[in-house]
Amino acid sequence: MTHTQKRIFLSKVVMILSTASAAIGIGFLFWILGVLIINGIDALTLTIFTTEGTPPGSGDGGLKHALIGQLLLVFYASLFGVPLGVLAGTYLSEYSQKSKVGEIIRDISDIMMSAPSIVIGAFVYAIVVTPMGHFSGWAGSIALTIIMLPIVLRTTDDMLQLVPSTLREAAFALGAPKYKVITQVVYRGAKAGILTGILLAVARVGGETAPLLFTSFNDNFLNTDMMQPVASLTVTIYNYATSPYEDWQKLGWAAAFILSMFILTLNILGRLILLKKKVK
Amino acid sequence: MKNIIDTIFANATRMIAFGVLLLLAWIFTVLFEHSLESLQAFGFDFILEDKWAPNLEKFGALPAIYGSVVSTFLAMVLAVPVAIGIAIFLSEIAHAKLKTPVSVSIELLAAIPSVIYGMWGLFYFVPIIRDTFGGVGISMLTAGIVLSIMILPFMAAVTRDAMNTTPDILKESAYALGGTKWDVIKDIIIPYAKSGIIGSFILALGRAIGETMAVTFVMGNVHKISADLTEPATSIPVALANEFAEADSDLYYSSLFELALILLVVSFVIISIAKFYFLRRKRVGQ
Amino acid sequence: MATIVEIAEEKALAVKDFEFTYAGADAPSVKKLNMPIAKNSITALIGPSGCGKTTLLRSFNRMHDLYPGNKYEGEIIFKDRNILGVKEDLIQLRIQIGMIFQKPTAFPMSIFDNVAYGLRLQGFKNKTELKDRVEKALHDAAIWNEVKDRLGHDANGLSGGQQQRLCIARAVAVEPEVLLFDEPTSALDPISTAGIEELIVQLRERVSIIIVTHNMQQAARVSDYTGFMYLGELIELGRTEELFVTPREKLTEEYITGKFG
Repeated sequence: MTHTQKRIFLSKVVMILSTASAAIGIGFLFWILGVLIINGIDALTLTIFTTEGTPPGSGDGGLKHALIGQLLLVFYASLFGVPLGVLAGTYLSEYSQKSKVGEIIRDISDIMMSAPSIVIGAFVYAIVVTPMGHFSGWAGSIALTIIMLPIVLRTTDDMLQLVPSTLREAAFALGAPKYKVITQVVYRGAKAGILTGILLAVARVGGETAPLLFTSFNDNFLNTDMMQPVASLTVTIYNYATSPYEDWQKLGWAAAFILSMFILTLNILGRLILLKKKVK
Repeated sequence: MKNIIDTIFANATRMIAFGVLLLLAWIFTVLFEHSLESLQAFGFDFILEDKWAPNLEKFGALPAIYGSVVSTFLAMVLAVPVAIGIAIFLSEIAHAKLKTPVSVSIELLAAIPSVIYGMWGLFYFVPIIRDTFGGVGISMLTAGIVLSIMILPFMAAVTRDAMNTTPDILKESAYALGGTKWDVIKDIIIPYAKSGIIGSFILALGRAIGETMAVTFVMGNVHKISADLTEPATSIPVALANEFAEADSDLYYSSLFELALILLVVSFVIISIAKFYFLRRKRVGQ
Repeated sequence: MATIVEIAEEKALAVKDFEFTYAGADAPSVKKLNMPIAKNSITALIGPSGCGKTTLLRSFNRMHDLYPGNKYEGEIIFKDRNILGVKEDLIQLRIQIGMIFQKPTAFPMSIFDNVAYGLRLQGFKNKTELKDRVEKALHDAAIWNEVKDRLGHDANGLSGGQQQRLCIARAVAVEPEVLLFDEPTSALDPISTAGIEELIVQLRERVSIIIVTHNMQQAARVSDYTGFMYLGELIELGRTEELFVTPREKLTEEYITGKFG
């Protein structure tokens, strides 16, 4: 074989290996997705939306408690996390310009976005659960808020910086004060991007389990009192899946399916919003 | 006269932004304070001691640290070549018609919560490991494999993004000299995207080491160091997830907090290396 | 029909009834084109943007094959064979027909390794031989004196003009028979441009050159033949000094006098 023939041969080998490894990796991922869909749909009935948890073995339990609990936890986390994140992102993009502090806050947020979420759970346990003396929905929501905050902050920051400065200048030239320029012009220009960022952040915290394990804990029945432990889909999945009872495991699959569909929908929605913006 | 709402708005945003800094400092402080009892009781031995026996009030973190290191290492060894393969496939081989759907599915799979990966691992992968290697199937090896599958989509997506930053014209120049696809990948794309690719891997490592749910299902939480990868084991996040809600003494709590502190410091360092050394952010619009 | 001047020299390439269609496009971007390319001469391709000149240029080394779905028809004859055939060895073809791009494309490696890259691909391993060939190529590209003391340095530290001459050195190092220049000075300042133009003229002795340029003065300065393309067709191919002074086609005249384009 000449040198060039060797190169061509080697290239073909590497391309086949790459394609094969891609096929293996993608195969695994679709295996998981397939298992999720088949088991999920199999376990899905209308009554699980209207029934609370029941003792194992009775076979007539539902997920109403976990669904409502999950929505409550994520709702309150977003209620705090979104405005705080947007305002902090606004500071970085609109007020800190190129200041050192702004850069540090950016860097810290980047790190916090990848920090282990279970550590946030431990932190909230120390500052909320211990003083209160018991687990609570608030503790769970606060943990999720802390996870959400840096994500919303960084996307807001990025999206606001994409708004052309000429737009700001034009508004200033009309005599508008800065807060009006920001809230009425800059926010409007970055609307789609910020909205996508918020959807992705909600999707991200919606799938969190670890920080809820010892904050909101769990409850097998419907509880909407945030001062008490609140059930969540994710912790319910963990508890049911690791239980030895078949009917609970089945409910676990249904919960996993509902949760994944919720998160995938938010992700796809977020992408579509950005895509629509680009097409315009 | 300066607009009063303007001042309020500006200061509100500033306070919240600074709050993020304080928050991180607060997290470190709280974890440290709660670790004090364990720090005083065990000192440096905490990370060298291999016995974790709550009933004897003896807490050594070495098995959990060992488990974190080994499971993460396994996950990286398995995921890195496959992620590179997927990235090469997506950026250089796949036909346009296949590229978009595969890319999008990989990105969506990266968004699937880790609890789902853990559940899949427990029901579908544990039996395979049990049948292949014997034992209970709940093991360090299972955890490493499930963890690798869990970080794969993220890793593949960021590696592809890094590879895609290579300008087409640079690749064409190498093809114009008679390069094959592999020549262009190894001589042009990988050197060009090197720091981005390494940074992405380290970032994935930082995430993997703190990942809890994907491994909690399949690791067993056994505080024992064993060279046999098919034995049950534990890691820092697994120990935290299993024991935090059950701890029944102050020293036990304090030891768990020290584990959390170690995990936070280690991930903080790894993520910082990835972000600041390899992935220095380019400011938007510049 | 296009007006094509008689080529006195031997032909390096001959384009026959050539058509090119991009993937997914309805109409071809280059239509039924016939054109001889003279050996050891410089042929410039000019025309308004979108006229197909770069598309034609990138067909000579089958660059379009990097992207799936593109379609060639007709023939391009090089060394007695049609290089558009399915069996054509693209790697060998690209070694024989080199290319310089619109922007400098220094690879992320040292100056020496950049120039040695094509040689190494062909299997050159002998160190002294490699060194000689690299040095000769750098001389040929008139950049030796500027880089001889820093061959081990990262090529991206060179200025734009130096990088482009480095790319030319890299291309001539493998001793191609044809060199394709795709607007090689569009990213350079006037002084660097003058240097590259001078170099192109000197290279004519050894290789046949085809250069695409949007700059008519550049075509007039460097080329022996000029082809004017419009809407995917060759309108006129003539000796450069004649085409710019006494164009035979009305369209050519309108273009070179600035009436459109």
